[in-house]
Amino acid sequence: MCRAGGAPEPADPGDETDGARMDAAFTSLLEDSAEDLYDSAPCGYLSTMMDGTIAKVNATLLDWLGLERDAVVGRKRFADLLTVGGRLYHETHFAPLLRMQGDLRGIALEMRTAGGGRLPVLVSSVVKYGSEREPLLIRTTVFDAADRRAYEEELLRRRRDAEQARTEAERARAEAERARAEAEEARRQAEADRERLADALAVLQRSLLPDTLPELPGMEAAVYYHTASPDQLGGDFYDLFPVDEHRWAFFLGDVCGKGPQAASLTSLTRYTLRAAAHHDPEPAAALTTLNTVLHERYGRSEDPRYCTVVFGILEPGGDGGPTKIRIASGGHPPALVLRADGRAEFLPTPGGLLIGVLPSALISTAEAVLAPGDTLLLYTDGLTEARTGPTRESLYGEDALHAFATALAPAAPQETITALNRLLDGFGDGLDDDTALLALGVPATRSHSCPATDSP
Amino acid sequence: MVIRRRNNVTVTGPATGPTVVLAHGFGCDQNMWRLIVPALAERYRVVLFDYVGSGRSDLSAWSQERYSSLQGYATDVVEVCEELDLERATFVGHSVSAMAGVLAAQAVPERIGALVMVTPSPRYIDDDTGYRGGFTAEDIDELLASLDSNYLGWSSTMAPVIMGNPERPELGQELTNSFCATDPDIARVFARTTFLSDSRDDLKSVSVPTLVLECAQDAIAPRGVGAYVHAAIPSSRLVTLAATGHCPQLSAPEATAGAILDFLADLP
Repeated sequence: MCRAGGAPEPADPGDETDGARMDAAFTSLLEDSAEDLYDSAPCGYLSTMMDGTIAKVNATLLDWLGLERDAVVGRKRFADLLTVGGRLYHETHFAPLLRMQGDLRGIALEMRTAGGGRLPVLVSSVVKYGSEREPLLIRTTVFDAADRRAYEEELLRRRRDAEQARTEAERARAEAERARAEAEEARRQAEADRERLADALAVLQRSLLPDTLPELPGMEAAVYYHTASPDQLGGDFYDLFPVDEHRWAFFLGDVCGKGPQAASLTSLTRYTLRAAAHHDPEPAAALTTLNTVLHERYGRSEDPRYCTVVFGILEPGGDGGPTKIRIASGGHPPALVLRADGRAEFLPTPGGLLIGVLPSALISTAEAVLAPGDTLLLYTDGLTEARTGPTRESLYGEDALHAFATALAPAAPQETITALNRLLDGFGDGLDDDTALLALGVPATRSHSCPATDSP
Repeated sequence: MVIRRRNNVTVTGPATGPTVVLAHGFGCDQNMWRLIVPALAERYRVVLFDYVGSGRSDLSAWSQERYSSLQGYATDVVEVCEELDLERATFVGHSVSAMAGVLAAQAVPERIGALVMVTPSPRYIDDDTGYRGGFTAEDIDELLASLDSNYLGWSSTMAPVIMGNPERPELGQELTNSFCATDPDIARVFARTTFLSDSRDDLKSVSVPTLVLECAQDAIAPRGVGAYVHAAIPSSRLVTLAATGHCPQLSAPEATAGAILDFLADLP
């Protein structure tokens, strides 16, 4: 036995006074009659007929509701004590469930007080049955649930807040996902556009350069073409084609600028030179025609365009005879010949001017003979103006090219192109311009490389 | 088969007898009819079902869009009638279900030959034309708040169990109050649809024999409402049961079954 708030008393049978006090407490508890327990219990009690008419109610509940017993017993139904919302809930859920299950626990309802207030309560009911299982009456207990309801409402409020936050997070996530999908779609579109552009550029580029070089009887030809930027058309061009049964025309040049404008200039240049060569295969005449055409087309515009170009005619010597070449240049770097004896020499064409700048062309010409083992090399300034050195500040230059060619010679056309290709690779990002190389040569046949088969 | 499962359709009584379809209202499920089914099933084939969202229906078939109008519930009725290929069945609807039955009879008149409207109300809210439905809009808001306070054994983790385990019915029975256990979100939609609907104009379409059953004391559908429904349907008969509450099939099962059987016996 404990006293509220005190330590256990030491057992002491000799203490008559304490024993008497305890007895008195027990006696008062025993006098707490069932009647009083019902009426003054810390919860509401009521009993109703099966139709809800209140037959008995305790003082606690009457006190909570502020009602007189006479106004309630036999006069009101349980549902009459509820708020309207509570009554609706009672009719649609509480009463049917109670009738089906025989009991019902912990249902949250609201009661109306006489003063117009609301009392949140938790209600439990049980049906009392007769000997034939017939329902007789309903016993109900009512607990004051004001604190608990406030707590539940707080929980509900927080749950709604959490759900709202979750919904918003979900919306933001969906938004981000949509933006990501759009970005991805835009990226794919851009990629597709880029590919289409690259395809178109490749087609266009092929129209500016020959697909393959024609077979030159008794000679070799090799080319190399490098475009500085994969999404820009190159400004360099070359071609090789027969003009009649004995003679071949070739050219290599560089138009000013890059991209579509340069490409249209390249196209005009290439087809003009081809037509001019068939009309009059004299190199200077072909370049003069080109100069006239370009100047007529662009010379008076606000955006004058021009090119540098070497145009040549070669006549292969039949039966091992020397191959003659005649070239004309308009402002282009000099051609280079790698001799069979290991020398390398420029074919100077000084004084030639850019094609298309002036109404009348200033064209410089040169001639040479290629013996077996000799190779003629044409190139654009992408090669000679590649930036070299640790800081990429000096240009490769014609002297270095001459030295390189001298070291290389003798070399057949493909061998020459392969060596220069390696040289260009070595420039790395110092090679920042388009570069075209065209090599034509007479194989070092019979008397040199294969003497055994020369004289049967 | 899909609909049988979706609406937890159960059929009892003689297979060849005239068919009576019993439809529960807002609140609980087909168990609402359990006290009168035995009396009806002696002579009639009795079809019971749960609306989608209630009882052991398939909750995954529920959508707020469909069940936010009485037409959605009427479509459940129509689909159950079609699934069982019913002809000229008597549709017994409790409370709001009585109005779903009116809409269903409009849609498939060949399948529904008679209506029994148990404590019906075509409009719960009073208006200024003198109509007395018994409630104000604020009262309905209070009801929705009551729904939020009582989950009746509902727990989302148990939803699949309640939702339908025809193979293991004992799972559902273990839950306290499971007859009326409804997902609170679904209950709120059903309550809104029920108590905010206005079906007064639809009553005029009823031409089949109709029994209007009302209770002497009904906190949800007061006496004037039963008289209103009876007056709006010329082919109707009004019977007032000496019962209290909104669910006479529970509070006065013998009288309710007797009134329905009398009506059925008089049908052509």
